[in-house]
Amino acid sequence: MAKKKKLKQHHIDRDWCKGCGICVHFCPKNVLELDEMDKVFAARPEDCIACKLCEIRCPDLAIEIETEEGGS
Amino acid sequence: MSTHDYLRQRFFPHMWCPGCGHGTVLNSLLRAVEQLGMSKNEIVMASGIGCSSRISGYVDFHTLHTLHGRALAFATGVKLSKPELNVIVPMGDGDALAIGGNHFIHACRRNIDITAIVMNNRIYGMTGGQFSPMSGVGINATTAPFSNIDREFDVVKMATAAGATFVARSTTFHAQQATDLIKQAILHEGFSVVEILSQCPTHFGRKNKLGAAADMMQHYKDITVPIGSSKKKDNPDLIERGIFVQEEAPEYCREYDKIIEQAMKG
Repeated sequence: MAKKKKLKQHHIDRDWCKGCGICVHFCPKNVLELDEMDKVFAARPEDCIACKLCEIRCPDLAIEIETEEGGS
Repeated sequence: MSTHDYLRQRFFPHMWCPGCGHGTVLNSLLRAVEQLGMSKNEIVMASGIGCSSRISGYVDFHTLHTLHGRALAFATGVKLSKPELNVIVPMGDGDALAIGGNHFIHACRRNIDITAIVMNNRIYGMTGGQFSPMSGVGINATTAPFSNIDREFDVVKMATAAGATFVARSTTFHAQQATDLIKQAILHEGFSVVEILSQCPTHFGRKNKLGAAADMMQHYKDITVPIGSSKKKDNPDLIERGIFVQEEAPEYCREYDKIIEQAMKG
């Protein structure tokens, strides 16, 4: 079985994010939050399991999850 | 290639409203294309008019932004002249089934190798929230302030009856399934229809008090089931997701080639 990928970094494009909150709502580990500008940021990156549910559902294509193995 | 390499990034952020499901459909489509390892040069995207049709401006394929409802007619022309290219036609529900209803059923009937993606948000978003043939009874819209009395089409049943050889449905909540279905639709030789239920929080959501975009997506989880689920027996109102039709039939361009060959024999 493939080893579970570990998070390296959240790449969030603040110019593309429109603050709809879809990623915040569906994150199973409650990692993401909207800031005072209604832009998403990783408030608790240490909890991230790199499931990429935020990345695949983001309607603004503003989130990319980079994992340790070099995959994105 | 990363999914972002398939985008015309200079046009971002895109014009869709915050939380618009069409962005998620674009996201799913890019993933499908990337996973298939396709080159930008082998894809043609033809679209009509509406919020959904703006998708063709954002992808770095060969793109045509054409007339309202007529994208399939343009796509048919492209496919016949360059059958080696993959032709994808994203359409809104009104674009596909009201304005372009006839083009839609006849493209299904011909079984030409085109992938049609119906981004169904059940309303005309761009023009201000008028009801579409997909809105359904009891829905509120700008043009139905006391609720709609028009019955809706079922895209899946319609495409199946008209002869499409690949028919599938998913939602923006089920983005991974949507990617998988788009992949299979692109690989299928013949006319493929993928309906993706897509939220319009600005018009459909507000007029029908469905909450924010995330609530509307959550709702898709609640009202849909995989094909053949026993839950559907208990609650016939549930909408099925998955592949409804996947069959082989003579493809239009190949049949046309045969005619050319026959005619050239003299």
